[in-house]
Amino acid sequence: MEPTLPSNRDDALAAPPSTATTSLADPPKAGAGPDSASPSGSPVGRRIVLGMIGLGAVGVLVGRQAQEAITSTVSATVPGLGSIVPAAGGFRIYTVTGGYPAMDRADYRLDVTGNVTTPLSLTMADLADLPQTSMTKDFQCVTGWRVDDVLWSGVLLSDVLAAAGASTTSSALRFFSFDGAYTESLTMEQALRDDVLVATSMFGEPVTREHGGPVRLYVAPMYGYKSLKWMSGIEVVDEVVPGYWEVRGYDIDAWVGASNGRDDEPIA
Amino acid sequence: MDATTSPSPDTRIARFSRAERWVHRSITVLMIVLIATAAALYFPDISVLVGNRPIVSNIHVIAGFLLPIPLILALASRAFRQDAGLLNRFTAQDWTWLRSRDRRSGRIPVGKFNAGQKLNAAFSMGSIIIMLATGSIMFFNAWFPDDIRTGATFVHDWLTLAIVVVVVGHTYKALMDADARTGMRTGHVSARWAAREHSQWAEEQRLGG
Repeated sequence: MEPTLPSNRDDALAAPPSTATTSLADPPKAGAGPDSASPSGSPVGRRIVLGMIGLGAVGVLVGRQAQEAITSTVSATVPGLGSIVPAAGGFRIYTVTGGYPAMDRADYRLDVTGNVTTPLSLTMADLADLPQTSMTKDFQCVTGWRVDDVLWSGVLLSDVLAAAGASTTSSALRFFSFDGAYTESLTMEQALRDDVLVATSMFGEPVTREHGGPVRLYVAPMYGYKSLKWMSGIEVVDEVVPGYWEVRGYDIDAWVGASNGRDDEPIA
Repeated sequence: MDATTSPSPDTRIARFSRAERWVHRSITVLMIVLIATAAALYFPDISVLVGNRPIVSNIHVIAGFLLPIPLILALASRAFRQDAGLLNRFTAQDWTWLRSRDRRSGRIPVGKFNAGQKLNAAFSMGSIIIMLATGSIMFFNAWFPDDIRTGATFVHDWLTLAIVVVVVGHTYKALMDADARTGMRTGHVSARWAAREHSQWAEEQRLGG
């Protein structure tokens, strides 16, 4: 304690004249020492705050490019890190209900109903017996994130519809989730595209519960909310019935880059 | 030292006013809520466990908008404004303290706040402003173009990482120092602790009465 006192005093005496002037103009308040009464030193705290705000503003302006650079670097160098490090290309998991519905693969059924010649109730084994299709395509969320090069496998929706003898003169389809809340829609023309899949596998593994397993829809050319999760029913109908997100303001025809006011690169 | 002016080691010195402690407590509760809900929104494994995403996201947004309010209200307190002024100002001593290896030895006299506490305060202030701004862009997303929304998400996500590191450091330092915690809990610290950790401040308190 003692050795510090002299140096303390020296500092006070050696203080720049401006400090002394301020001290005189603004007399020390009771209970406060000479140094705490008048501001001494430079306002570094304020500079740090202003500097951070400046950096933050730059970050907002160039964030999109920075995020893309980080995503490609991280996914190329450390696969799997994407789920830990921000903005490094991982999926973000959404659910419209309180929880994440679970379904035993043995109990799973996909009902195909409506304007069909043969209503179906497909088990996982039935789906595996239908022609299998794989595609490696991006998944683009309407909130901005995108996961590149996801390997999707399953049965083309058009093959499922053919198996049920769906009326191709019907103009639309409804999709139901076993979570009891999530619904989606497609026109028949959209449903028959060769990049719309009843997906049973992602990244070469069975679709997990949080990704919408055991069976989910994958509508490649459209924003993620069209790719219904936990799919349990397909109904062939005469007109489009807007799905869960569409009654909440999102576009029914959700083409990536040409809907919802967004300009993302379309999924090739 | 003169025996009559030398403080007894058990003397209590006023360090934080009621308003300051109230601000600290409010910010603590809100930060815990924000970090917990952020984790539930961000990490898929936790998302699956917690579910109820719309509720979690609403709690996060409400806590976020509440965060600056204690600070704004506290501006009415003179003690808060004075301490904010002290935290803002860096003296030559602060730079020496930051650079020295033996900054904890007490060789370099420290005022009411050491340079680390000043850096933490500035970082916290800047972070609150940036998180509030980028969070608002994400919340009122219809008013902003795509690129700005994506950029705001980018800044919000990465700054979260930095904030968690700093909050963990702050909590660790507090856990290591029971007297410092007492100071924030009761508003008073022992003269012995003040002399050890904030010798210059302790001296000012002694001289100022």
